[in-house]
Order: sequence, then structure tokens, then C-alpha cells
Amino acid sequence: MKSILPILTVVAAIFAIWYAFAVILNAPWAYSKAERADKTLSFSEMVSDTMAQDKPLLPAPHQVAVEIWKTTALKNVTSKRSLVYHGWITLQATALGFAFGIGLGIILAVAIVYSRVMDMSVMPWIIASQTVPILAIAPMIVVVLAAMQVDDIVAKGVISMYLSFFPVVVGMVKGLRSPDTMLLDQMKTYSASPSQAFWKLRLPASAPYLFASLKVGVAASLIGAVVAELSLSQNGGLGARLLAGSYYGQTIQIWSALLAAATLAALMVFAISAIEKVTLRRMGMAQ
Amino acid sequence: MMWILGSLVFWALAVVLNLYLVRNKVAGAGFIVPVLFGITVLVVWEGMVRGFNVSPVLLPPPSWVGVALVSKTHILWQDLVQTFFKGALTGYFIGCGSAVLIAIAIDRSPFLQRGLLPVGNFIAALPIVGLAPIMVMWFGFDWHSKAAVVVAMVFFPMLVNTVQGLQASDHMQRDLMRTYAASYWASLVKLRLPAAMPFIFNGLKISTTLALIGAIVAEFFGSPIKGMGFRISTEVGRLSLDMVWAEITVAAILGSAFYGIVALTEKRLTFWHPSQRKQR
Repeated sequence: MKSILPILTVVAAIFAIWYAFAVILNAPWAYSKAERADKTLSFSEMVSDTMAQDKPLLPAPHQVAVEIWKTTALKNVTSKRSLVYHGWITLQATALGFAFGIGLGIILAVAIVYSRVMDMSVMPWIIASQTVPILAIAPMIVVVLAAMQVDDIVAKGVISMYLSFFPVVVGMVKGLRSPDTMLLDQMKTYSASPSQAFWKLRLPASAPYLFASLKVGVAASLIGAVVAELSLSQNGGLGARLLAGSYYGQTIQIWSALLAAATLAALMVFAISAIEKVTLRRMGMAQ
Repeated sequence: MMWILGSLVFWALAVVLNLYLVRNKVAGAGFIVPVLFGITVLVVWEGMVRGFNVSPVLLPPPSWVGVALVSKTHILWQDLVQTFFKGALTGYFIGCGSAVLIAIAIDRSPFLQRGLLPVGNFIAALPIVGLAPIMVMWFGFDWHSKAAVVVAMVFFPMLVNTVQGLQASDHMQRDLMRTYAASYWASLVKLRLPAAMPFIFNGLKISTTLALIGAIVAEFFGSPIKGMGFRISTEVGRLSLDMVWAEITVAAILGSAFYGIVALTEKRLTFWHPSQRKQR
């Protein structure tokens, strides 16, 4: 708890810098408006103008806050202008892709731990797969999958899956291998079958590693869904809001979509840490 | 039919060969096995695409991609220079460099560090790519906006890693420096920066992929008529997927090479670290 004060200080500093930049970046437009209206601006007038422009280069934090309030609390949840509506679409794609990613990641990890051939042939490619800028080619994958009559949400999920399976594989391989020889020998003295050794020793031992990678994976999964929506924008989603905002120069809309995505990411990471805490305590693994 | 059967037979043979190589611990298996796996994937891809007559608009066979790679080298090279050398690399150096400098600057204040680590970790998990349209609006269509996106993407992962790294030297070592009457700067340069190297390199490695992603994605929001992101989005529109896959191949090789260079440098500079020592 003693780090609350420093965190608040840093957050306050970020807001101060944000306001300062809003003034600096929006000032030229404020001055040119005044010039056309044959007025001269005093410094305080200029500052108050930079805080209240329609399409500012950098909207001030309170403008974004007002926009978020307007598009969440004051709009009907089913309205196409509601951020909740778009956030829900993104959340669905993220959850689907994340579920795929966890499944694929765990299956691959088990195969890698139990088969030396898999370990040697697949593992280097899994690592190499992450140096491919998949986010950059996401639009193409989405278009191809859409052409194959795949549902949109699945197409988005595939991108999310690709980004989220990697942390799961790496974490699970580490976790499944974490029981040392002593423990494995102990299982042998109980004459446990390999499947018993897996269910009763290896799998439980990997739980802390799994949760650590889930937290990384869920954030990656959300990024994947947002980028996929840039190319599947007809169905909405936070990515679509970003794109629409950038087409029409609605900077306030862009920033509010960004902050909504950030909040979503924070909530999901928070939810996973809560589950982690409960599960690990139940398993007797909490520190 | 021939194509499908042929690729299946090749697949079976490759699996048997890999099993044999691994069982008998043949020298060089660590290199041959993954390569053989990669080749098998390509062969099966080629065979299935030809055998099932998959439309090249959906998935071109790898041989077409190879042809595009060879015949359109000049376009690929021009895109690569625009996206990688101008956009990604500039942003990478500015972003990583400023992050390290700022980490050193706040290093003297434990208060700021305690506040910055959680906030930085949080920001590092956010979809910062979303800043791309804003950066394009601020810095124009050319590579400057791409570099700016890259800076924003690599800054926080790098900052968090460096701050953590600067705390990595333990008390004994710092006390030893004090008994030598080392000044703050001397102990920074001779003890704490070297001790932070593994962390700094971890950040640098994460940032390589981020840099490439940032530069390419930023091009979707507006770019001059060259660049890998521009090419990918326009060629998808023209349905010439062989060219798209060629760009992807270039990006993949580039990403791996960039990562490899950083990893090699790490090996040379942090040879003392346990994770870099030779396995016996």
C-alpha cells in the first residue's frame, strides 16, 4: 500500500504533461481562428480555447472523459454510438481468441514436454512465429477467412489466438517441467502411471506459470482483436471506432476508444489476477 | 490426386526421419530436425493447394510466393528501406535510447521508481498500436509518423526493463563499491549498468518485434506509395496474394534477423550471465 502515493504522483504527472501538450499542440489552431476573426488572444483565452476545440490535435483529458461519459452512461447500450456496445463486440472476439489460444497453447505444451521430436521440431518455429509481425498481416488473414465464409468473430479470434498462444506455450512448458527429479521419482515410488503423474503432479505444479502467462496473453489477445477490427470494421468494435475516428478526424473519439480498450485490458488482467489468487490459495500455493 | 498423395508420403517420410534423428541423437539433429519440419510444412502446403485446386486468391502455393520474391525484388527492397530502415529503426533507436536515459535519470529517486514501475507495466500491456492514426495525423504520411508510433510502442517495455535492471545488483555488491569509495557515477557505470545488461537486452529483444509491427500497422492509416504495410493493404485489394505473402516472408525474415542480431550482441556483451554460459 505504501506505493499508492508514488503511483498517484506519476499518474498526476502524466496528466499534467498531457494538459501541457494539449495547450502546445492546439495553440496554433486557436491563434489562426482568432486571426481570421480579427481578434487577439490573451494567454488565458488561448489556453481555455485549446481545452474546448471540436477537433483538437490532442484533446484535453477532461474532453475525453466527457466523451466517454456521453457514450457509455448516457447512450442506450444497444445503440451503435455506445462504447459499451463496441466494447462488448471486441470483448467477445477477444474471449473467443483467448480461449482458442489457451487450448492450443496447452495442447502444444503437453506435446512438447512429452515428445522429444515435437520439442526439437516445433519449438524453434513457435519462437520464430512470434518474430513475424502478425499484427501487420492481420488484415489479410481476416479478409481471406471472411472470403472462406468463416464467421467474422472467428476471423478476429484467429488473430487473437495467434498472439495469445505463445505466452501460454512458453509458460506451460516451463511449468510442466518445473517438478524436479525428486518429485518425479517420488511419483515412481508410488508406482504412479504416466497419466497419474501428469494429472497429479505436473499439471498442478504448472498452475502458477499458467496464470503468469495468461495475464500476458489476455492483453495480447485484446490487441489482436482491436487490430483485426480495423479491417472488419463494418460490424463495429473498438477497432472500428478507432478507424472511423481517424477517417473523420474525430480525435476525441479516437482517444475515447483507446481509453476504453485500455480499461478493458486492465479489467481483464485484474480479473485473471483475482482468479489466480483464489485458485492458488485453494491449491495451497499462495506465497 | 498425385499432389495430395505425394505430399502425404513426403510428410510420413519426414516424420520417420525426424524420429530416427532424435532417437539416435545424430550430430547436428538440433539444426536438421526443425529445418526438415519447416520444409515439410511448405511441401504439404504446396501439395494441398495444388491437389485441392484452392484458388490462388485465397492461398497461393509457396512456389508462386517464391517467384514473386525473386521477380519483384526491387519493389520489396524499396518497401523494406521505407518501412524498416527509415521508420522502424529510427523509432527503435530513439525509443530505446530515450527510455534508457530516462530510466537512469529517475534511478536516483526511489519514490519515482515505485510509482513508475506499476504504471509502466500497465501501459506496456495497453494496445498502443491504437495511437497509430493519431501519430499519422500529427507527423504526416511519411516515415516520421511511423517512427513516432514505434517510439511510443517500445518506450514503456524498455523503461520498465531498464528500471528493473538497475535494481538488479545486490546489496553486497553495492556495499563493496561503497568500500571502494566509488562515486555514484562510478558505481553506475562499473557495477549497476553491467548488472542491468540482461534486463536491458530483454527489453531490446521484445522491442524488435514491436518496432516492426508498429511501423507496418502505422502504414495502414496513410503512407506514401511505398512501404510494406502500404503494399500489403493495396495488394490484398488487388487480390494478388502471392505478393502479399512475399512481403510477409520478407517481414518474417527481417523480424527474425533483427531479433537474432540483438540476441547475438547480447551473447557477446553478457557472456558472464548464467543463462549465456555453455551448457555442460
